[in-house]
Amino acid sequence: MQKRTVLLSAAAFAVIAATSNTWAQAQPKLKVGFMLPATGTFASLGTAIDNGFRLYVAEQGGKIAGREVEYVRVDDESDPSKATDNVNKLIKRDNVDVIVGTVHSGVAMAMAKAAKESGTLLIVPNAGAAAVTGPMCAPNIFRSSFSNWQPGYAMGEVAAKKGHKKIVTITWKYAAGDEAVKGFKDGFEKSGGTVVKELSLPFPNVEFQALLTEIAATKPDAVFTFFAGGGAVKFVKDYSAAGLKKTIPLYGSGFLTDGTLEAQGADADGLLTTLHYADNLNNKRDQSFRLAYAKTYKLQPDVYAVQGYDAGQILGIGLNATKGDAKNIQGFAQAVRAAKIDSPRGTFTISKSHNPVQDIYLRKVVGKENVMDSIASKALTDPGLGCKM
Amino acid sequence: MRYPSSFVIAVFGALALWPLVTGSYGTDLVAKIMIYALLALSLELLVGSTGLVCFGQAAFFGIGAYAAVLLSPNDGSTPSLWLTLFSAIILAAAYAFAVGTLSLRTQGVYFIMVTLAFSQMAYYLVHDTPLGGGTDGIYLYVKPTWGWIDLDKASHMYGMIWLSLLLGFLFLSQLLRSPFGRAISGIRVNEQRMKATGFSVYPYKLAAFTLSGAIAGWAGYLFAIKDGFVNPELLSWHLSGSVLVMIILGGLGHMRGALLGAFAFALLQELFQSEAVFGSYAKHWHLGLGLTIMACVAFMPHGLVALPAQLRERLSGRNTAKAELEEHA
Amino acid sequence: MDFATFLIQCLNAVQYGLLLFLVASGLTLIFGIMGVINLAHGSFYMIGAYMAYALAPAVSASFGGGFFSTLVVGLVLSVILGYVLEWAFFSYLYEREHLQQVLMTYGLILVFEELRSMLVGDDVHGVTVPEWLNGAVALNEVMSYPVYRLFMSGICLLLAAAMWFVFTRTRLGMMIRAGTSNREMVQSLGIDITLLYRIVFAMGVALAVFAGMIAAPVSSVYPGMGNAVLIICFVVVVIGGIGSIKGALLAALLIGLVDTFGKVLLPQAAGVLVYVLMALILLWRPNGLFKD
Repeated sequence: MQKRTVLLSAAAFAVIAATSNTWAQAQPKLKVGFMLPATGTFASLGTAIDNGFRLYVAEQGGKIAGREVEYVRVDDESDPSKATDNVNKLIKRDNVDVIVGTVHSGVAMAMAKAAKESGTLLIVPNAGAAAVTGPMCAPNIFRSSFSNWQPGYAMGEVAAKKGHKKIVTITWKYAAGDEAVKGFKDGFEKSGGTVVKELSLPFPNVEFQALLTEIAATKPDAVFTFFAGGGAVKFVKDYSAAGLKKTIPLYGSGFLTDGTLEAQGADADGLLTTLHYADNLNNKRDQSFRLAYAKTYKLQPDVYAVQGYDAGQILGIGLNATKGDAKNIQGFAQAVRAAKIDSPRGTFTISKSHNPVQDIYLRKVVGKENVMDSIASKALTDPGLGCKM
Repeated sequence: MRYPSSFVIAVFGALALWPLVTGSYGTDLVAKIMIYALLALSLELLVGSTGLVCFGQAAFFGIGAYAAVLLSPNDGSTPSLWLTLFSAIILAAAYAFAVGTLSLRTQGVYFIMVTLAFSQMAYYLVHDTPLGGGTDGIYLYVKPTWGWIDLDKASHMYGMIWLSLLLGFLFLSQLLRSPFGRAISGIRVNEQRMKATGFSVYPYKLAAFTLSGAIAGWAGYLFAIKDGFVNPELLSWHLSGSVLVMIILGGLGHMRGALLGAFAFALLQELFQSEAVFGSYAKHWHLGLGLTIMACVAFMPHGLVALPAQLRERLSGRNTAKAELEEHA
Repeated sequence: MDFATFLIQCLNAVQYGLLLFLVASGLTLIFGIMGVINLAHGSFYMIGAYMAYALAPAVSASFGGGFFSTLVVGLVLSVILGYVLEWAFFSYLYEREHLQQVLMTYGLILVFEELRSMLVGDDVHGVTVPEWLNGAVALNEVMSYPVYRLFMSGICLLLAAAMWFVFTRTRLGMMIRAGTSNREMVQSLGIDITLLYRIVFAMGVALAVFAGMIAAPVSSVYPGMGNAVLIICFVVVVIGGIGSIKGALLAALLIGLVDTFGKVLLPQAAGVLVYVLMALILLWRPNGLFKD
């Protein structure tokens, strides 16, 4: 009976051995490893990023720097506790040339550490955690999206310009929320206003009533908030249902109304948010991008699709400069730092800590779209605190 | 009772030789599975041997992991392996002791729910308060060392994990043969009868609970120093559920069931996520996993360990399975 | 805080507590009366919410019904679902150990989540409140209270009363309570216990689905919503005492209070406070507030 247990175990080892690449293979193809959520709350964001990236590659004829692109996918489940295992599948088992991921900041942090240690190229197409281009920054780690601080800072400046003096912030108590609020404070308080209260609730709790009552009791000039996904839908609806929308203006980081307008309905009308993208940017690049995306996927693109697309662009710029050598990190980084990336969001560059330096737009919700109102902050650079590069 | 030395030598020998035949990914993967196997062993002590179904094992695992990171000095100097390991185990055991004291006053279904709730408490402590560094987790920047053991080397790390698993397995196997082990077996089989013979049942249950927590904390410590990154999800009830699946998959009542179950569970996950096998349905791998769990519990209630015996019984029609299941490990 | 704000916060607490009771009532029914741990309870809640979203266009297209027609259709479907599930799957769990129940229903959660993902997708959705309930009651010059939340609280109270009535004043309730204490005896008295259990299970599922549908306009409809609600439901049942409906109601209200005031007074510890409450109550009463 024990013999069978032993045999069973031996069979198990054989399977593991077969699924790991233990012998070297010639790799003329460019292996792109996607580590994105396929399950859970962020699954649709993962799909959008994937679509955007593949659209770019398709536009290049399926090749980057002369190398045919091959994809490997891992579902990160937005679970940071499995993140290191999952990214190691891409780095050590599949030997990818570049990793593209992810949405959840906790997962991205584990990925950044693993990428920094192994030296593999990593392009982050969403997670805005400061740590990724802060203490964990590295020559091989790039971000094509934003840092949580950026939209917050831009909205802070907007709120100050509108003459508000007393503001209450409300968000989830986690890195993304904290960093967005910090950005808002940095942009707002330098003009003399004060954030009188910083309300927070544990992530991902969505029972807002108690805090909405607090806001009403404090009677501020305005409220700044950061929520995303299901929480954003509920908050906007609750805020409106409590009558606060008519009495206290609400400002938010763009994720409050991105991908959520369908669910929020009339409760979101007229809301002002800041983000590095909007639904009606009138530049040619955006228009051709939106057309191509809609034709290929029968869906409307969103900011996540743009970030995925631009991750592709960054990869293209870097690899074209190094003639397809994904291990020449120096050359790659040099080219990307010097480049002006022609994105559907507008032109942007990459900062010293490898974060986008971009225009942040002020948008207003009109119908089912986030319509661009004006540019809230031009060419905003994230401070990249803690980055030693 | 046959001492399963052939099993121990074969399995641990194979595990020891594994890094020599595989690359860095294979080593990494098996190292991770061995850590989960140690966690499964700790739960097996509670569920399979003492009969206490605990749905909160992840809390002790996570406490051990967080202790490894939080007890490391802030100034970037190298932590001491023994000090941090010892402290992590003590902290996990302490929380297990506290939870045990409160929850062992309840029985059956209640006990399951209460252990779940206490593990959620630890989860939220780490998730929401500044104590744990928040939902995105914290990095371990410098790995502990001791003497010539340098855990930055993958081989040393693998060796340490392998040794931990071996020691844990041997210790628990021996423990189950001791008077203590007999006592908790008695409690599992018929607690009323034990009490009727004048046996004081509560201290034994509490001791098993605390010991189980300590070993889970040890596994958590290894996880933290291997990955260099800890996160509140290490305390989530999903992990508690996964460990329960591992031991029931392997087979309750046997320490080697826990080992087998950990490997089988890891392989199942790899299988269902494999695009080579499932193509575009690989992204719905939770479905396959869920169905497999349900099927296992329905058709293989005694786990993989009992599978050969079950099949033999089917084929021969005789009741040979029972005798084979009498062994401890 | 001033008195007016305090009163409003109390209202928030009671309203949240009642909603929790609504969601947890199905769990305590199945848990308490049939002794089956059903981890998939959160999934039924999610199914309810998604039904409210997905059925609405179908119902309005076929016979022009609105929110309440969708509710009725959903309820009918959920009773059928509960009946079939019990027959095909859960009835095998009664004889099994709790560990096996835990694991099988855990597997069921995974299956439901993936089926939902495959059938309806992973997007976030909203459900509109029916027009005549869409108003707000002005509380002070800044804040008003949504009528729909008051409506939900009313429904929860009605439901609690209905459950109490059925269990203590009807023959069905009497049979159910008898079946909990002694299954074999009830069977030997000629009552079809299998059918009884099936009905109770279907009721439990229907309650969870109903809770999901009613709460859908107020929460949003998103992947993973079932998991969040599952744990807090178990806490309600643990604090209230297994099988006790009045225990569940009291526990839910207590949790509502702790959660609401905790968020305002001790935001750092808000998540943990509910569990501290549970630990304290268990210290005092190891089997929950009320025994059945």
